[in-house]
Amino acid sequence: MITLIINGQPHHLDVDPQTPLLWALRDELNLTGTKFGCGRALCGACTVHINGDAARSCSVMVGDATGKAITTIEGLSGEVATVVKEAWIAAAVPQCGYCQPGFVMATTSILIKNRNQTKEAVLSQINNICRCGTYDAIRMAVGLALDRLEPGDDEQRKGAP
Amino acid sequence: MKLRALRLVVWRLAFFVMTAAALSGVSWAQPAAIGERDGLAAWRKISDVLMHPRCLNCHQLTTPLQGDQRRVHVPPVVRGVDNMGTGAMRCHNCHNDSGNNPLSGVPGALHWQLAPVSMLWEGLSTGGLCRMLKDPGRNGHRTPTALVEHMETERLVLWGWNPGGHRDPVALPHRDFVEQMKIWVASGTVCPP
Repeated sequence: MITLIINGQPHHLDVDPQTPLLWALRDELNLTGTKFGCGRALCGACTVHINGDAARSCSVMVGDATGKAITTIEGLSGEVATVVKEAWIAAAVPQCGYCQPGFVMATTSILIKNRNQTKEAVLSQINNICRCGTYDAIRMAVGLALDRLEPGDDEQRKGAP
Repeated sequence: MKLRALRLVVWRLAFFVMTAAALSGVSWAQPAAIGERDGLAAWRKISDVLMHPRCLNCHQLTTPLQGDQRRVHVPPVVRGVDNMGTGAMRCHNCHNDSGNNPLSGVPGALHWQLAPVSMLWEGLSTGGLCRMLKDPGRNGHRTPTALVEHMETERLVLWGWNPGGHRDPVALPHRDFVEQMKIWVASGTVCPP
């Protein structure tokens, strides 16, 4: 039995420790906001937060995620998350929308750690892929989010960029 | 009578020990000092291992490479201030501490990261690599003994010999590699020109 702490709630799952976290989220817990894209850590559609870090849930085994704080798009909350989501809507980013939870999760994790950085710096730390090609809109949304976030103390961890 | 019996036992014991020693190849003489020639021969074997793509791929400046073909890393990643990526592209986001991910095929081991900038091996000759490896300023401040220990026990180094998937085995078994490291160190870490 494996215990995963997802969006603040413990969940006990009878799964193999080598099961991808994405499988556990979608198939066992019905948290389907996190998407399956490539299954090989390439595209970022499955991005969640693990202890605050953006992580590709298709490639994280549940055995490695045990006891860590996992946040999915369903549980994403707080000032930065709200600003990012509003910026995404204001910039009308999604086309088909499939990859957008991953982009929002990646962007949010970066801005929660450090909101005092340039748009280019933020974008350089996101390597998700959008098949619709919404990158220009994503650039705009990240800029809007940075404009709306008041400079302040970050949850930036020591050693992490 | 007792004395004769005791002598017989001692002689038999000595004979047994000497025979066993001869059969097992143990020499009673002092071992010959390991010279420059032995050290260079050991280094050649070490160098063949260290210059394998599996090692070189993470001893890069900006981004790691992938596979024996040395492809650019996909997804794109960069070093970052702590050699473990940046933002949403941290090494351990995909490379699991506990080992390879059998389903996604992403390899994993504890401490997965780019080698520090001071340890760039790309483009070095075997002699250049040798001199870098023994230079404390470019080898993580390691003494020769610490180098052997690093090669013997570091989880990320050990992964190279047990990489899983369809990856080719390293030509020199790990135990033999460590043995060559010890010979090289005992020779005074001699390097080719």
